[in-house]
Amino acid sequence: MLLRHTTEKEIDRKALTVNPAKTCQPVGAMYAALGIHGCLPHSHGSQGCCSYHRSALTRHYKEPVMAATSSFTEGSSVFGGQANLLQAIGTIFSVYDPEIIAVHSTCLSETIGDDLGQIVAKARNDGKVPEGKHVIQAPTPSYVGSHVTGYHNMLEGIVKYFAMKTDEAKRQVNILAGWVEPSDMRELKRITGLMGVKTVLAPDTSDVLDAPMTGKFEMYPKGGTTIPELVSMGDSMKTLALGEYGTKGAAVALDNACKVPFDLLDLPIGVKATDRFISALSQAGAVSVPEAINDERGRLVDMITDMHQYFYGKRVALFGDPDQLFAMCEFLLDLDMVPAYVVSGTPGKSFEKRMKEIFGDKIDQVKFKNGANADMFQIHQWIKQEGVDLLIGNTYGKYIARDEKIPFLRMGFPIVDRVGHSYFPTLGYMGGIRILEKMLDLLMQYQDENCEEEKVELVM
Amino acid sequence: MVKKKDFSAGLPDPTPLIEDIVSKYPSKIAKKRKKGMVANDPEVDQEVQANVRTIPGIITQRGCTYAGCKGVVLGPTRDIINLVHGPIGCSFYAWLTRRNQTRAAEGEDNFIMYSFSTDMQDENIVFGGEIKLKQAVREAHALFNPKAIGIFSTCPVGLIGDDVHAVSREMKEELGINIFGFSCEGYRGVSQSAGHHIANNGVFKNVVGLNDRPRKGKFQMNLLGEYNIGGDAFELEALFEEVGIELISTFSGNSTIKSMEYSHTVDLNIVMCHRSINYIAEMMEEKYGIPWIKANFIGAEATSKTLRKVAEFFDDAELTAKVEEVIAREAAKVQVVMDAIKPKTEGKLAMMFVGGSRAHHYQELFKELGMHTVSAGYEFAHRDDYEGRKVIPSIKIDADTRNIEDLTIEKTEKEELWREDLIAKKAKLEKEGYQFSDYEGMMPEMEKNSLVIDDVSHHETEKLIEFYKPDIFCAGIKEKYVVQKSGVPLKQLHSYDYGGPYTAFGGAINFFKEMERMLVTDVWKLVDTPWKSEPEIVGSMTINA
Repeated sequence: MLLRHTTEKEIDRKALTVNPAKTCQPVGAMYAALGIHGCLPHSHGSQGCCSYHRSALTRHYKEPVMAATSSFTEGSSVFGGQANLLQAIGTIFSVYDPEIIAVHSTCLSETIGDDLGQIVAKARNDGKVPEGKHVIQAPTPSYVGSHVTGYHNMLEGIVKYFAMKTDEAKRQVNILAGWVEPSDMRELKRITGLMGVKTVLAPDTSDVLDAPMTGKFEMYPKGGTTIPELVSMGDSMKTLALGEYGTKGAAVALDNACKVPFDLLDLPIGVKATDRFISALSQAGAVSVPEAINDERGRLVDMITDMHQYFYGKRVALFGDPDQLFAMCEFLLDLDMVPAYVVSGTPGKSFEKRMKEIFGDKIDQVKFKNGANADMFQIHQWIKQEGVDLLIGNTYGKYIARDEKIPFLRMGFPIVDRVGHSYFPTLGYMGGIRILEKMLDLLMQYQDENCEEEKVELVM
Repeated sequence: MVKKKDFSAGLPDPTPLIEDIVSKYPSKIAKKRKKGMVANDPEVDQEVQANVRTIPGIITQRGCTYAGCKGVVLGPTRDIINLVHGPIGCSFYAWLTRRNQTRAAEGEDNFIMYSFSTDMQDENIVFGGEIKLKQAVREAHALFNPKAIGIFSTCPVGLIGDDVHAVSREMKEELGINIFGFSCEGYRGVSQSAGHHIANNGVFKNVVGLNDRPRKGKFQMNLLGEYNIGGDAFELEALFEEVGIELISTFSGNSTIKSMEYSHTVDLNIVMCHRSINYIAEMMEEKYGIPWIKANFIGAEATSKTLRKVAEFFDDAELTAKVEEVIAREAAKVQVVMDAIKPKTEGKLAMMFVGGSRAHHYQELFKELGMHTVSAGYEFAHRDDYEGRKVIPSIKIDADTRNIEDLTIEKTEKEELWREDLIAKKAKLEKEGYQFSDYEGMMPEMEKNSLVIDDVSHHETEKLIEFYKPDIFCAGIKEKYVVQKSGVPLKQLHSYDYGGPYTAFGGAINFFKEMERMLVTDVWKLVDTPWKSEPEIVGSMTINA
């Protein structure tokens, strides 16, 4: 047994986290910053964080992930990291020439109280930021929230810095993407294209973290939301913010600063959440829903009715990030599956409220937990107490899946032992079809491999 | 696609390349970086600047002290709980990402697949985290009943003044198991290296020597600085078992805490990764009189050489005969593979930038394949790893490293553990020319005009590729796809790209086959589109219609 020490017996844990279902803020800020064209993320802390975060993203995408660091030493940890950041900004612009440096902090610089805003302002005053170039910042203390919070904070920092209201209203809709894959960002753009709604998508990691092989390394790949697009977000008609935990701050900031109203939506995963997204998009852009979208929806529902027998009543354990979990739980309920255990390391009071809304009178069927000690050890203990038919989560789930012999669907961050997540979406109706295909594949393969010989079916 | 260069008449002088590289840097930085680059001349003593602070913003590949301490040295020991005191990231990122394999029998403790953290929250930063840490230790004890717990400090711990050592002492008293702390905050030192030193000190103070197991058997030694990446240590365990040498303890691949506790009862320490573990080797000699020698098991020839050196130390006819028998048998197997592959690899160019040890060791494998190492460097090695231990007296400890504790070791008070016999043996062998406590470093073994670079930056990496157009680049995960996007295959020499083992004879065969795969393939020829060289088609169906 890989996790041989995990038993079903629980103790009341208050302090120990075992096998976390989250990681820390800065990696999310780094990911969000990579969705801006010509941007180099910068980690203001000791260099270990930056290396770890780059490595984590690289293992997930099998792509280059560039970022710089202030490389704190013990001296700067005591006397402040201003000199480090000022020197870094100078070095970065002269050696790597990005359009934007997006600075985030770590538990180190936050604990010592470095004021990023003040240091960046000093860099500007000292002439360290060349004409036409930008340095933006977001505080991302690792001891608050999770990686999703870091994504949220950097996205907020991005729109706060760039979005500007002018006299010219633009017939366009802002879409704030929650933490989803480049493939999902690409799918969002395809959908809005089909709908005929002009949109600005931010951030946008497609063509950044799914870049083609050309024989030439591009430090700043062609993708990413551009500065003019970011600026124009202040003049948009409406903002659709996809996923509260990833985008709420940025949506509120846009409303406050530029009076762009927003709809806070779930990530469009599954039928109903995608329905709500399509409706909101059609209203925001004042367009009707085209036949092509209706057909995609019809194909997804067709697949559900065709394959319903394989889904009905199956017990599922899920761990991951709140925005994905909300939408997935709703989707699984629509398939008549039972999301039996749901765990997210990301803290937040709205988690419980949303779970209650989604599950309604079925809330007693689900054990759920988020925040401190809501970890993979916990979900494994629950599985030991009563088993499930399917496990959904990031790569770390494979150890539970192998020990307990549970079919395992990889979803979320990080997925470091398979590819596909950066190329094929899980968002939209087409993403729903892909999720179903993958679940069916797992459930059917399990049946093929484990049923009695005389029960092996040719047609399924 | 990259056009290859022909360096068959010898490597070109890289001085103009160094000038070109630093010309992009602001002048103060250029001056600093230049000291970390050397056009190698193996005949001459040259100084390379190493183990100094990283330049902010330069895009380094370095990690931190915590990674060096928890991630590297203690992480591989399977039956202790490594509890990380800090916010969640540090524990998360060091969770199974280094491929330290371990083989625990049914019923034995194995915590390698787990990640333990106090998951500090903002209130722990404000009010201190010691109470939570103590509670976490109690909970870990209640749930897992481990033999020992190591507590690892992360950046904020030192700043807010949590005392992991005091907590360790208190909890050790309360729970009755060995509990010890490490002040391996990420900002200490300038790289992973400080973490190695802190880990060495902690293990030596708190673990080594706890169990004076009576010696039995004839040939007993420890393997220091071998972390069993991809099964490397398994390969060596099998090798030593066959020749009849008992490996008492490995620091720390496939290890248990118990084996470390009695590791001071051996006759010889052999050191694989000099950078990470030379401190323990030195301290064991100072305290117990156990000598150490440098070992290298990367490459078939290097393995034979090390085996012979070990046999010479034990000086036993039967052992020597057995070693020769195994070398003859295994070297023959390697030869068959080498003969098949070498014609495809001969003359090709490699470069490698890896941690603190492999950038040297792996040059052996490339040599055996007839390949040239045109440029190499470490992330965090010290001058002795580049230039040899002879320079140690001249190394200046700078302000960034001064606070890393250097333990003063005294001779053990237990008379029976002090190895006068080994001291005499060492003196006798040294007279015959046998080298103890020595490592000659990487530079004397590199070709003339090869370029040595310490703490290579991204900018420097790009320039190196442009200049040398190597056939293969060896580095880590952060560089892998950067380099491959440029059309140059990259072999990860930290994770082995999830393959291995690469140690000893079997490992050499694995590596040779891997090089064949990477160098013979035509996939790189798919990179250019077929229509790249065709005239562009103009017009369109709509216009023509």
